[in-house]
Amino acid sequence: MGSASILPKVRLQEFLEEDPALTRLIYEYLVWATVWLIFGTLVGLLVSIKLSVPDFLPYEWLSFGRLRQIHTNTVFWGFLSPAMVALALYVVPRTSRARLHSFTLARIALWLWNFVVAAGAVTLALGYSNGNQEFREYIWPLAIPFASGLLLHVYNFYQTIAARRIREIYISNWYILAAALWTAVLYTIGYLPWWQYNLGQTVIQGYFMHMGVGMWFTPFVVGLTYYFLPKFLNRPIYSYALGVLGFWTQMIFYSLIGTHHYIYSPVAWWLQTTAIVFSVGMLVPVWAGTGNFLLTMSGKWDTIRRSYSLPFIVVGVIFYGLASTQGTIESFRSANVLWHFTNFTVGHAHAAMYGFVAFLVWGGIYGLLPRLTHREPSIWAVGVHFWFALLGLLIMLFALSVGGTVQGLSWIAKQPFIDSVVKMAPYWLWRSVGGLLMVASHFVFAYNVWRMRPVGVPRDAAARVTAEVAA
Amino acid sequence: MKFDFHRNHFLLYNTAFWGFLVLSLIIAVGPAFRAMQTPPTPGLVELTPEEQRGRDVYVREGCSYCHSQQVRPLEMDLPYGRPSAAGDFVYATPQLLGTQRTGPDLANIGNRQPDETWHLLHFYNPRIVVPESVMPAFPWLFHVKDREEPGDIVVPVPEPYKPAGKVVVATRDVLSLVAYMQALRQPKLDLKALGMAEATPSGSPAAEAASSATDEAALGAQVYANNCARCHQANGQGLAGIAPSLVGDPVVTAADPTEHIRIVLEGLSGRRIGGQEYPGRMPAFADVLTDAEIAAVINHERSSWGNNAPKVTVEDVRRVRGQ
Ligand code: HEC
Ligand code: HEC
Repeated sequence: MGSASILPKVRLQEFLEEDPALTRLIYEYLVWATVWLIFGTLVGLLVSIKLSVPDFLPYEWLSFGRLRQIHTNTVFWGFLSPAMVALALYVVPRTSRARLHSFTLARIALWLWNFVVAAGAVTLALGYSNGNQEFREYIWPLAIPFASGLLLHVYNFYQTIAARRIREIYISNWYILAAALWTAVLYTIGYLPWWQYNLGQTVIQGYFMHMGVGMWFTPFVVGLTYYFLPKFLNRPIYSYALGVLGFWTQMIFYSLIGTHHYIYSPVAWWLQTTAIVFSVGMLVPVWAGTGNFLLTMSGKWDTIRRSYSLPFIVVGVIFYGLASTQGTIESFRSANVLWHFTNFTVGHAHAAMYGFVAFLVWGGIYGLLPRLTHREPSIWAVGVHFWFALLGLLIMLFALSVGGTVQGLSWIAKQPFIDSVVKMAPYWLWRSVGGLLMVASHFVFAYNVWRMRPVGVPRDAAARVTAEVAA
Repeated sequence: MKFDFHRNHFLLYNTAFWGFLVLSLIIAVGPAFRAMQTPPTPGLVELTPEEQRGRDVYVREGCSYCHSQQVRPLEMDLPYGRPSAAGDFVYATPQLLGTQRTGPDLANIGNRQPDETWHLLHFYNPRIVVPESVMPAFPWLFHVKDREEPGDIVVPVPEPYKPAGKVVVATRDVLSLVAYMQALRQPKLDLKALGMAEATPSGSPAAEAASSATDEAALGAQVYANNCARCHQANGQGLAGIAPSLVGDPVVTAADPTEHIRIVLEGLSGRRIGGQEYPGRMPAFADVLTDAEIAAVINHERSSWGNNAPKVTVEDVRRVRGQ
């Protein structure tokens, strides 16, 4: 560890020439991620509208309980996951100064995931659910291709990193490959049945639900940001050592907090207390990351204002800190009494997955893709995407947080239950308004992705690439 | 290879992998196995195949995204039953504790709302019985037929929900689902013996204290809204075919409250009221509500919607319960 602080801080200089095959591969990933983003969030909007107009589209395969599962799983596994991997397909080889180990494997993994998300949407619509266990609702026959795709990524990234042409493993690669490894463990534990009968499954559900976010999306996207932020700002990361500290504390503290989704439940009290204690511990990696990123940005606000990717990253970083801290607060028993079971928690989920993860992913895409394809999106359209997405999110968060608090207070005041339903009506409406803005922004994003498509990028330039890498 | 995470990828990723695996065994797999050893709560019965089938429908329709099935040891959870114990879940896989309460908790719905006709109407369209409800309608759990056939269970769907000129018949799916709802009964639990704060309905100090702390009128309105309004409606007018109107009703306005109290405690069925027969039944609330809550809700009925009958006391309820 001794040499940590003098490590590759400044080694992130750009490679001027790109690998056309890689550009095409990344673009393919992003196209599919965009397709699933639009599909998944349209479903989300429909779910939201159904809380205001419950008899809207009263068809079996469009009912609330089924669509909600399609919404969450599509945006998790169809949009965010492949979008993050797309960026990693660039970051991992680039920071390793090696070529991606296998393009074929990466492509197979993409199609495995596409298949799972499509088949998952169909099976859930037909009513086949893995027991309504949140975020792992795909039935087990679909878990196998999903896990296979994940293992292909693990293998591909590992081989790429092992073949690196610099001695140190850049911090991004710590996070990215570890996230894939952790998720492989998580997924296996989440789908094997032996420890999942009755209340045992509740324990695993808390673990899975939390770790899906905490050990996959969070470290993965933080790892990406450790590359993109310094690169786009053209300055080294503020503290490399903080990144290392964040990595180990992430692994230890995040792992122990799943049960905070079942505070006051019949799950063992010591597990609940452990979860609460480490939810506080979680603030260490969170603020190591957030602080590190913010300090890297400080003084560069001018660059940020002129960039169209950096504003997304700024929002993502801020939401990383806020949403995670909000999560810690929600786990305290006193706050849990007020907010548990209410829509407040739905707001929290959107703050984390959308404000934090999706915004960082978008920042990476807008920063990277034009460099690869040499095609810029219109600044105006990127601005529309940014402001619609941000405004929509803020409206949604406001509605769900205030509404959720109203709901909780109504229950505590022991008002008739139906009062809490009636009181939510305006907030649900506003949530749909926010959702509408968000969905609209996704169509603009799709247009921007199309604008940044690789045109004239040679299909086969392997020879050129080999020459470059050797050079 | 050096012991250096920065340069030794084998070491780095193995540490990360095994580290997380070991932590997962400690925090998830081990405790899960322990939780599975919990003995069943005394009196807990396993679901019948039909009820289990209904549970599968519950999963298929994703009911648990709006309904929890766990009562927390908190005062605000008292309307849903006693606090859930680990042993209540022994026969319940997949687990359906839930994380949202867009609708009420259902852990004890079989005691709180056992009436089949009500459930059938509610599933056909919740707004038939609860106008403000946002719960989805489940029309695909019903057949719409031209005429009734032998063996059909016809659902008395009122206008304007009734498809013109047709009859609505329950499918096996919805009957299983109702059977599952009726089976969701918390077994009685000696909470004192378990060292927990007691909060069982009848005569529990916690519930009693909570009630006396609240203004009786507010308590009565709350208990009525949570337990009676879904049949007798918020305005007391009842619903044709479901429950009689309580406005000016002879039992509710009688000077002697004994019959009123007895009906709430024990339920009622098969009586003609106001010249009408009711296919559904009035559920018994003896095991669901405390004496104070029963007194409060009875007084609510006796003093609302123009009714003006003498009030009852908790002692009256206790006396009738003792008979
Ligand atoms: C969109 C959220 C939502 C979904 C999905 C949903 N419900 Fe509900 N449910 C509610 C709301 C809100 C209420 C309270 C109003 C009412 O009684 O309709 C309720 C009430 C109930 C009640 C009456 C509870 C009581 O205490 O009076 C039962 C029983 C019920 N739901 C069962 C189900 C079943 C079974 C399913 C799945 C087939 C389901 N619900 C799906 C929202 C939902
Ligand atoms: C499942 C629907 C349902 C619910 C819930 C319900 N009732 Fe009833 N109630 C009925 C039906 C049906 C009857 C008529 C029974 C009969 O005809 O034999 C009835 C009858 C009564 C009567 C007697 C009326 C008479 O003239 O004999 C009273 C009093 C009453 N209910 C009070 C209550 C109270 C108080 C509650 C809440 C604690 C309640 N009910 C909840 C369905 C319901």
